[in-house]
Amino acid sequence: MTGKVQRVGQVIAIAGVAALLGLLIWKVAFDNEQGAADKLAKGELVHAPPFSLDRLDREGTLTLAALRGKPLVVNFWASWCGPCKDEAPVLQQTYERYRKQGLVVVGVDVKDFREDARRFMRRYGITYPVVYDGKGSTIGRWGIQGYPETFFVDRTGKLVGERIAGAVDIERNRETFERGIALALGDQS
Amino acid sequence: MTRALALCALVAALVAGTATAAPSPADLESELVCPVCGTTLDQSDASIALKMKRYIRQRLAAGASEQQIKAELVDQFGPGVLAEPPKSGFDLLAWLVPLGVLVAGAVGVGLVAWGWSRRRGEEADDEPVALDPELERRVDAELQRFES
Repeated sequence: MTGKVQRVGQVIAIAGVAALLGLLIWKVAFDNEQGAADKLAKGELVHAPPFSLDRLDREGTLTLAALRGKPLVVNFWASWCGPCKDEAPVLQQTYERYRKQGLVVVGVDVKDFREDARRFMRRYGITYPVVYDGKGSTIGRWGIQGYPETFFVDRTGKLVGERIAGAVDIERNRETFERGIALALGDQS
Repeated sequence: MTRALALCALVAALVAGTATAAPSPADLESELVCPVCGTTLDQSDASIALKMKRYIRQRLAAGASEQQIKAELVDQFGPGVLAEPPKSGFDLLAWLVPLGVLVAGAVGVGLVAWGWSRRRGEEADDEPVALDPELERRVDAELQRFES
């Protein structure tokens, strides 16, 4: 009886250690998924991570797949973010300027109150499509580290150019911004 | 008698008052997490945390209950805003699993300790200590010398 109890104890202890070891191996082997931003920075070919989110500018949902074939500027923002206010007019002007060439600016409002986001859109006259991601479901897959961040997507759905971390600014990163738009439009020059 | 009745009435009023007391903003701020910085709202001065605190005060002033406010914030930001997982549905596992592991661990340690103590007892019964013959002879000689 005593030997049996001891063996049961040993089996439980070994099973516990094996389970913890298994978790560690799984974590190291499979849970190291990088966001699209990291892959893009390494020069890897990355497709824009898909999303399907409720729209803030109108009723319904918007999926990234529905925009396939169109060059995109995808901007992650929030109404409580200071630099997002600075860049809002630049993004709206960009949308108006390149709209005829098919370019779509897509705003992804992250971790925000819906009403605050709508107020922000009214205040800055935003007319491009904006989706709501209050839960932050896009953050991990896109590799968002702060707000705002801006990505460029070409007609095939591939990320191009450089990710812009921080506000799109005329002095600081206008060249990167213009180059991203040109690559998204398919202009290699 | 009148005094006793008045005291009972006072205690009853106090108990009823405690049971129906409206939650304070501080209570809710310690139970909700800032979605950007990951700390509870009372520990955060992030812009979104300040907005959430303002929202809580406005909703409380409008008469919303604690559960209503939490549900509204979960709808906006997801269940991650709750400092503690809900005690229902799948989230109940977050409470039960650690408790189960603790109980299983205690039972396991108890069983092992019980097994060890039984084995030591059996070993003590089975194997009487035999004296070295030379030592036994010396003890006998010493005893004889002591008695004589």
